[in-house]
Amino acid sequence: MRDESDPGHEWLDDEAGPVVRPYAVIGGRTKHARQFDVVAFVVATGRHGGGHLQPEHRRLLERAVEPVSVAEVAAHVDLPLGVVRVLLSDLLADELIVVHEPDGATRPAENVLEAVINGLRSL
Amino acid sequence: MGSARSERSGSTVVPHGIKILIAGGFGVGKTTLVSSISEIRPLQTEEVLTDAGIGIDNLDGLDDKSTTTVAMDFGRITINEEIIVYLFGTPGQDRFWFLWDELALGALGAVVLADTGRLIECFPSVDYFERRGTPFLVAVNCFDGARRYTADAVRDALDLDAGVPVLLCDARERISVRDVLIQLVQHVMTKPRQNGLN
Repeated sequence: MRDESDPGHEWLDDEAGPVVRPYAVIGGRTKHARQFDVVAFVVATGRHGGGHLQPEHRRLLERAVEPVSVAEVAAHVDLPLGVVRVLLSDLLADELIVVHEPDGATRPAENVLEAVINGLRSL
Repeated sequence: MGSARSERSGSTVVPHGIKILIAGGFGVGKTTLVSSISEIRPLQTEEVLTDAGIGIDNLDGLDDKSTTTVAMDFGRITINEEIIVYLFGTPGQDRFWFLWDELALGALGAVVLADTGRLIECFPSVDYFERRGTPFLVAVNCFDGARRYTADAVRDALDLDAGVPVLLCDARERISVRDVLIQLVQHVMTKPRQNGLN
């Protein structure tokens, strides 16, 4: 991290992006209770959360009114995946979202793959 | 996965996300390929890496910065309300293998994009998916002025198993990319399903 007194270098560098703030948001936590695969879908349960939610939690919730993939929600709120996963696990613990993880153990059924092929053909 | 693909959350259909990886050397056209077919402008997720998150083997080549970020471009193709395909461009640098492991988990398959001028750069990707058992094909990106080789010449050069499809494509052309993806899914379907995903 650069010297904070240097106003020209708030972030590590252009490529690093805003690193400090996101990790401050999650209090340095880097463990997440669930995997939250990039193609897992999260959806808000509609329950009302406590007052302890941070603005970043609320932004995620707003994005999850309809089911949204973890990758997309992370891109939309412009936070690193690791940070988003921690925030999502907070929301999950509070039952503010549910998560639908892909079944990583078996591949989709034939009829799903056929639907994918047909869908691609119609593009 | 069982036969029913989407789940319901209350009255809302939760789509089944299918993950396809787009791999290949740096600058070979992965993002171009994703852009050509994605229904959305490719989005970016990033992973911030700290020393704590980097395995011993991955320290090679990293400088002294305590954090670095890896951006992953991805695109989306909605097949129907129950099935959405996501295309993830893998980080180009070998040192981010551990991120690949997470991405590859549960991936349906992978497209290894190759540039015949720099064929060697797709070796690590081919090697990775072979070792992992992830179904993949090699798509040779033939853009204007690119050196043209036959698919067989590329197969020989990469010493690919006979079963691995090799095709020529133009990553800028939607139809060409679409055909690559169709071939990939067809290739996946030739594999025994019991093997599951890796």
